[in-house]
Amino acid sequence: MKLDRKEYLALSQKASPPSPSLKNVPAAFFTGGAICALGQFFKGIFLGWGMEDKAAGTAVSVTLIFLGVLLTGLRLFERAAKWAGAGTLVPITGFANSVAAPALEFKTEGFVLGVCVKMFSIAGPVLTFGISASVLYGLLLYLFGGAA
Amino acid sequence: MIYVKAFLVGGVICGLSQILIDRTRLTPARILSAYVVLGVALTGLGLWEPVVRFAGCGATVPLMGFGYTMAKGVSEAVMQQGLLGALTGGLTASAGGIAAAVFFSLLAAVIFSPGDRS
Amino acid sequence: MTGRRVGDTLFFDEPVWVESCAAAVGKKEGEGPLGACFDYVAKENRFGEKTWEKAERRMIELACQHALSKADLTPSALDCALGGDLLNQCVSTSFAMRGLGMPYLGLYGACSTMAESLLLGAVLTAGGWSRKALCAASSHFCSAERQYRYPLEYGGQRPPCAQWTATACGAVILCDAPRRVRLRAATVGRIFDPGITDSANMGAAMAQSAYETLRTFFRDSGTAPEDYACIVTGDLAAIGHTMVNELFARDGVTLGGRYQDCGLLLYGKEQDVHAGGSGCGCSAAVLCGHLLPRLACGELKNLLFCGTGALMSPLTANQGETIPGICHLIVLEGAK
Repeated sequence: MKLDRKEYLALSQKASPPSPSLKNVPAAFFTGGAICALGQFFKGIFLGWGMEDKAAGTAVSVTLIFLGVLLTGLRLFERAAKWAGAGTLVPITGFANSVAAPALEFKTEGFVLGVCVKMFSIAGPVLTFGISASVLYGLLLYLFGGAA
Repeated sequence: MIYVKAFLVGGVICGLSQILIDRTRLTPARILSAYVVLGVALTGLGLWEPVVRFAGCGATVPLMGFGYTMAKGVSEAVMQQGLLGALTGGLTASAGGIAAAVFFSLLAAVIFSPGDRS
Repeated sequence: MTGRRVGDTLFFDEPVWVESCAAAVGKKEGEGPLGACFDYVAKENRFGEKTWEKAERRMIELACQHALSKADLTPSALDCALGGDLLNQCVSTSFAMRGLGMPYLGLYGACSTMAESLLLGAVLTAGGWSRKALCAASSHFCSAERQYRYPLEYGGQRPPCAQWTATACGAVILCDAPRRVRLRAATVGRIFDPGITDSANMGAAMAQSAYETLRTFFRDSGTAPEDYACIVTGDLAAIGHTMVNELFARDGVTLGGRYQDCGLLLYGKEQDVHAGGSGCGCSAAVLCGHLLPRLACGELKNLLFCGTGALMSPLTANQGETIPGICHLIVLEGAK
C-alpha cells in the first residue's frame, strides 16, 4: 500500500513509547532540590566564615562546580544523571559536567586539539548566549538608564 | 527554613525542566543556553531578585542563577564605568564559576581517563 | 552469465557458499542472551588498547582472525576483503586491514554494511572474480558515541526510543566451493526517506526501507513470508520492528513470530538499552554468532537477512535534514 509521510509519522508516534515522566519528574525534583539545598548549606558555612554575601555566592558556585567535575572524573556523574535527568543538568553541576566530560573524553586527541578545543563543545553556546545577553542588558541600562 | 525553600524552589525548577526535556526533545545545550538568557532577562525585569530573596540557592544554583549573577554584575558595572561596564560586568561577576569549570576540567583531564559506559 | 537479475534482486545461480564466520563482541553484548554464541567476548571494551578507535580495530582483527582460523586459512588465501564501520572515513576497518595485505574494498552503508558486504562479496564470488572473500562490519559503542552524540561522561538522558550502538564485529568468509550454508540471492535496497528528523529514533527512520525491500524481494522472487523460516532486520529495535509488522499488516500480510530483529535479539530486557541495539556490528554479530550457525546445523531451513541503515551524519542532523534509510536483503539457505 502507498505510504504518505503524515500517515507514516503517525505510525511512528504510535509505536514510540513516551518518556517516563512519572519517574523522571520526581527524580529531577528531588535531585535538583537536594543540590540547591546543598548549595544553601555551603553558603551557610561560607557566611559563617565571615565571607560577604556576594563572595559566598561565588564560593558556592565554585564548590558545586568542583564537585561536578570530580564526580565526572570518577565516572559517577553520568550514572547519577541517567536517573536524575534535569535534576543534575539544570543546577550549575550540569554546566561543570558539560565542560569536564568533553575535556576528559577528547584527551586521546591531545591536550591542545583534544581537551582544550572540545572543552567548550557543549558549554560554548551557554557562555556565548549568557555573555551576549548580559552585554545587551548592559547596553539597555546604559542607554535608557538606571532601571535596576 | 531557607534550606526547605531552596530545596522546593530548586526542585520545582528542575522538575519543570524535566517536563520540557521529556515533551520537546530540546537538547540540553539549548535548554541551558535558554535558561542563562532567561536568568538575565528575568533579573533585568526585576522578577528574579524576589525569588532569590525567597529561596536563596534554590534560585541561584540552577543556571538561571548564572544569568542572574551576570545581570547583576552588568548593572553595577554600568553604573560605575558607564558603557565599558556593559562589556565587562557580566563576565567579571561570573568569572569565578567559569574559571573554576575550565581549570578543574583541565585538571580532571590530566588526572582521570575517560571510561566506558556499558 | 552466472546469475539472473529480476527487478532489484540478484539470483546467484552459480553457487556462493559460507566457508566460515566469526563474531567478536564487547562486554555488555557478552552478557546478553546470545553471549555464549560469540567467538570472542571482551572482558572490557578497550580490548587492551589505549583509545576506543584502536579498540574497535582490535575487535575487527579478532573477528577476522577467528573466521580465518575456523576455515584454516591465512590472510594470503583471501582474494578480497570487504568491510566497513561507522567512523568517519571508515577508519576502523581500513586500519584493521592495513596489516593483512589483501585486496580491500572499504564500504559505508551505515548499519546495513554487513548485508552490503555480503551482497558485493557474493557478486564477486558468483562472477568468478573471487574464490574466497572476507565480508565484515563493525561498530563500537564508545567510538560511535563520541563521534555521533556526546562524550561518554556527559550526563544526558536518552529517550526511550533511542538505541544502543553495539560493540560488536562479525566476519564471514564466502567461497565458491560447496559448504553447509548457501547464499542464494540478494536484493539491492533503494533509499527511502519517510521524513523522520529525530536522530534518536533511527528505528522509525529505517522501518520503511526494510518494508519496501522485503516487499520488492517477495515480488521479484515470487515468494511469501511463509516460505522462510526466519526473517531478521538489522537494527530496527522495538519501534522499527513494530512498524514493519504494522506496515505489512496494512497489506494484509502477517509476518508473525518468524520476523525478528537483531537489535532485539542481542540484548536482554534488563540491560537498559532503551529500544534495542543498533550499529553495523549489531546485525553482523547476530548473523555470525547466532543465525549462520543455526543455518549450518539445520536448525533453520532458510533466512532473509535484511541489513538496515540510517544514512545520516551529525552534520545533516544539525542542518535539519530528514533521515534517509536503506535496507539490503540477503537470502541464506541452510544444510539440507
